[in-house]
Amino acid sequence: MTAILGISGYYHDSAAALVIDGKIIAAAQEERFSRKKHDPSFPHHAVNYVLSEAGILLADIDYVAFYDKPFLKFERLLETYVAHAPKGLRSFSMAMSVWLREKLFQKDLLHQELKKIDKKFNREKLLFSEHHFSHAASAYYPSPFDEAIVLTLDGVGEWATTTVGIGKGNKLDIIKEIHFPHSLGLLYSAFTYYTGFKVNSGEYKLMGLAPYGEPKYKNIILDQLIDVKADGSYRLNQKYFNYATGLTMTNKKFSQLFGQNPRKPESENITPFHMDIAASIQAVTEEVMLLMTQNLAQEFSIPNLCLAGGVALNCVANGKILKQGLFKNIWIQPAAGDAGGALGAALAVWHKELDNPRQTTQTDTMQGAYLGPQYSQAQIEQALSACGGIFETVPEDKMIELTAQALTQEKTIGWFQGRMEFGPRALGARSIIADPRSKTMQKNLNLKVKYRESFRPFAPSVLREDVDKWFELDADSPYMLFVADVQPAHRISMTPEEQALFGIDKLNISRSNIPAVTHIDYSARIQTVDKNTNQKYHALITKFKEYTQCPMLINTSFNVRGEPIVATPEDAFRCFMGTDIDMLVIGNSVLYKHQQNKALKENYEEKYELD
Amino acid sequence: MSFLKELFTFVKARKKYWLLPVLIVMLLLGSLLVFSQGTAVAPLIYTIF
Repeated sequence: MTAILGISGYYHDSAAALVIDGKIIAAAQEERFSRKKHDPSFPHHAVNYVLSEAGILLADIDYVAFYDKPFLKFERLLETYVAHAPKGLRSFSMAMSVWLREKLFQKDLLHQELKKIDKKFNREKLLFSEHHFSHAASAYYPSPFDEAIVLTLDGVGEWATTTVGIGKGNKLDIIKEIHFPHSLGLLYSAFTYYTGFKVNSGEYKLMGLAPYGEPKYKNIILDQLIDVKADGSYRLNQKYFNYATGLTMTNKKFSQLFGQNPRKPESENITPFHMDIAASIQAVTEEVMLLMTQNLAQEFSIPNLCLAGGVALNCVANGKILKQGLFKNIWIQPAAGDAGGALGAALAVWHKELDNPRQTTQTDTMQGAYLGPQYSQAQIEQALSACGGIFETVPEDKMIELTAQALTQEKTIGWFQGRMEFGPRALGARSIIADPRSKTMQKNLNLKVKYRESFRPFAPSVLREDVDKWFELDADSPYMLFVADVQPAHRISMTPEEQALFGIDKLNISRSNIPAVTHIDYSARIQTVDKNTNQKYHALITKFKEYTQCPMLINTSFNVRGEPIVATPEDAFRCFMGTDIDMLVIGNSVLYKHQQNKALKENYEEKYELD
Repeated sequence: MSFLKELFTFVKARKKYWLLPVLIVMLLLGSLLVFSQGTAVAPLIYTIF
């Protein structure tokens, strides 16, 4: 037996993954256990969890693979500061403060942390994989392809910000790279900052805001900020950015170019200007990604594409690459961000370092991304009782029936089943679910349950066998990473009065007969649900379809704004009691809000720092 | 010591010998800078971590 522990951390989204003899056993993000969103600290809880899932100790681990190379990152920092000196002194002193205290000695740090788990841990077991290689490995090795082009895009790792690799059998080689400070991810993050959202978590919001605006600034971005070459490679004009050596993403020249200062989220509302900015950067991102993938398809004539890196979570762009039809198959790592690097690093050791063969099947090896902890019915009941919850436990088919009935009555339901998802998306294991046909559900869910911005869209979980009847998509999208339009037959056209409305005022217009999951531009971020991957969730949607003829549900993550997705039954109960969720279904236990002890309610809205 | 050895191996592998004097000065000045300050608080920017 060869056991490999993959670790990501000390940046953001720390995580641990366990691979035994090439099989992915478990993977989880530290934030789920520590309850700190994007927790960057050493993933103690996650490491302990993945080891316990396999019933082994750290002493049984043969290799520990870290997902990036600290010295190489430090080299980038030094060279960047030297190149810009004497500019950036403040940023330099802050960065060095962090690096010379801790990060430069990351191998020692990791060694010390691992010794807290196993006193005799051998430092020689520690291996380091390059950041983008970890991403590429996380995209290629679990994919169902024998051969693929592997494209990774993110903010920055060590030097690379974009890489192209070729995977064949167990071989994976990076053949092209774009280096810092030229980064599509950082360009998107710069606009995230400029529109008043948090860098590294607000990118989804910018993407969700884009359909409300017009891409009026697209040409300015293409003319002034980014020089896109014919093959899709690009360079950013550093005159407008401040991230290389400053403490903000953009500078004054950037603000002058667009005519406004960065939005201050605490005092300024989102205006049509910000929607147009969002639409413009989204359009530019799509253009670059489409151009890049078109060229890769032509250059290599390989029909399969794998994607990873934070930019691969831009499901609108992914949907357009799919629609372009240049690749027969596209597979995207569900934990495309840095958490997935833990898994990639572990798989890289198994296949690349140890040269073990790789066998592919028709499906990927991610097991639906259900790689986290699960709880037995007895554990669930014990936890709920300890929390003071009032529940009834019913047989599984009754639980499905009760849930589906409640959904038809427009109830909002906390759905907690099986193993927790790995990656940023809830995929029907830790989800809040509701009826997508409701006209008021999007607004209500956003404001009363999730405590988040009203414009943010919700995604449908749709039966795989019915997806093409409702959406312009006939492919697997199990990880909610492709956006496609609602079929014309289900759309509702806007009246002239509705068309005259502006920006967020359009929010209340029903665009289809599944309005809660149809964005303003008829698009939807789709999760296809397969019977073999998540049998219970499939059974629930099938039952709902039986009652309503509608083969889908709203699926949003089981948390509130700023809170990591719930991990344990206790987390789920607290979130249930702190929000307007009507019903909680954990395993076969069912809880109704009106039956609960009101004294257990807590002010959940202000519990977590807003993201 | 293992840290210094690994750092030197890295510089050698990357053939970036010009970084060595920078690193030495940095480590000396940096130690002053670091130990004259309070806790190391990571600034909230994306690129330097």
